[in-house]
Amino acid sequence: MPEIIIDGRAVTVADGVTVAAALMSEGIRSWRTTRIAGNPRGVFCGMGVCFDCLVTLNGEPNVRACITPVEPGDVIDSQQGTGHDGGVS
Amino acid sequence: MNDANPRRAFDAIVIGAGVVGACCAHYLIEAGLQVAIIDRGSVASGTTGAGEGNILVSDKGPGPELDLALLSRRLWFELIDVIGDRAELEPKGGVVIAHDGATLTRLREFAEVQRAAGVETHDVDPMQLRELEPHINPQIPGGVHYPQDMQTQPMLAAAHLIARGVQSGRLSRMTDTEVTEITRDESGRVTGVRTLSDVISAPIVVNAAGTWGGQVAALAGVDLPILPRRGFLLVTEPLPITVHHKVYAADYVANVASDSEGLETSAVIEGTRGGTILIGSSRERVGFDATLDWSIVQRLAAQAVEVFPMLAGVQLLRTYGGFRPYCPDHLPVVGADARVPGLMHACGHEGAGVGLAAATGYLIAQAVTGRPLDLSLEPFAPVRFDSTPERVGAHA
Repeated sequence: MPEIIIDGRAVTVADGVTVAAALMSEGIRSWRTTRIAGNPRGVFCGMGVCFDCLVTLNGEPNVRACITPVEPGDVIDSQQGTGHDGGVS
Repeated sequence: MNDANPRRAFDAIVIGAGVVGACCAHYLIEAGLQVAIIDRGSVASGTTGAGEGNILVSDKGPGPELDLALLSRRLWFELIDVIGDRAELEPKGGVVIAHDGATLTRLREFAEVQRAAGVETHDVDPMQLRELEPHINPQIPGGVHYPQDMQTQPMLAAAHLIARGVQSGRLSRMTDTEVTEITRDESGRVTGVRTLSDVISAPIVVNAAGTWGGQVAALAGVDLPILPRRGFLLVTEPLPITVHHKVYAADYVANVASDSEGLETSAVIEGTRGGTILIGSSRERVGFDATLDWSIVQRLAAQAVEVFPMLAGVQLLRTYGGFRPYCPDHLPVVGADARVPGLMHACGHEGAGVGLAAATGYLIAQAVTGRPLDLSLEPFAPVRFDSTPERVGAHA
């Protein structure tokens, strides 16, 4: 069972789950805010098409949580806006 | 969705509800006409919905197309006054870059000729380039800044112009309505159109069918040599504003002007108000084949990264593509068709349709109402391709 970190908190999740499933198994339904209105977003289509479930994974913003498998040691951070607020390097 | 308007007789019918058709309808109703706009699909369902929304002067050398573009740019501000900020008009300016010294010399010579024709241009060195575009590749030796270039969201522009016309009571919108015939009387004069389910009468029919303008002309029995020129665009994830202008490589101008059927690509990169970055551009004549070609996606992405290295770490969300209405001489077809009295054309604008739409609609309305033209339509005459024009009547 992989150990990961969600918003700074160490948790253990089931084998073979996606990032979205890991978040939802922890009771988290939204992990991103929209870039203009700041509205909460989580899983919508659940199949990689709608780009609503974007999350910052190991420092990389805008990763689709619904189609990305969890790896041991992953650091998942909820995301505000574009996820690039520090600017694009 | 069609309006509950029982009217079946109009002063003019516009075929095509893209941005050019919307501008034609707008200026015709402003001239006091009662107008119907008909499209076999929905508003902006053709090439208007498949481009970047360019309103450019930078890619045009002196000549009739530049004159039309300069008039159109001025008129776009009037249109935005009419429909408000909803069309996301951004007078952001363009930056054309050269990858090497020889190209830069040619680019600056071109800019000098444009300047003499009324285009605002500023040569920029690498340091000034970085002031305009902080993320640009520092290896680029220089370019030219064109402050007059603009961008709009053409689907919104078309939709709001048409909606405003409908609200005024002078425009009837008939979408999902396919024209099957342009009807004529015994003398050959236009009497209206036949659709799959209806007969609609008007003494003037404006062909604003874009890439499908040749097919619509054929419904009136005349030829227009308009061919599809395919293009693809890439869309990145939304970012904080990182690309401030429309930035493109100098070879874009040569590619646009080329007559080749084969694939040509040149880097075009620009941001949108939504935060995504659009990456183009490709040109090829392959008929109406819409199949996505991954090698083109790779080529466009690689060219964009060469200009903005930071894009290497940015994700693409999607691609889209469409068909520019290509004419053999790269000029649009605008004005009365001398072969069919009552038939006007406003199509064939290739990749410049959004930019040229305002002036096209404006001049069509002047021609229809017999007012003096602000700009001669002679270079855009529909019969210019016709070696044996069968002139059944004088210019309308």
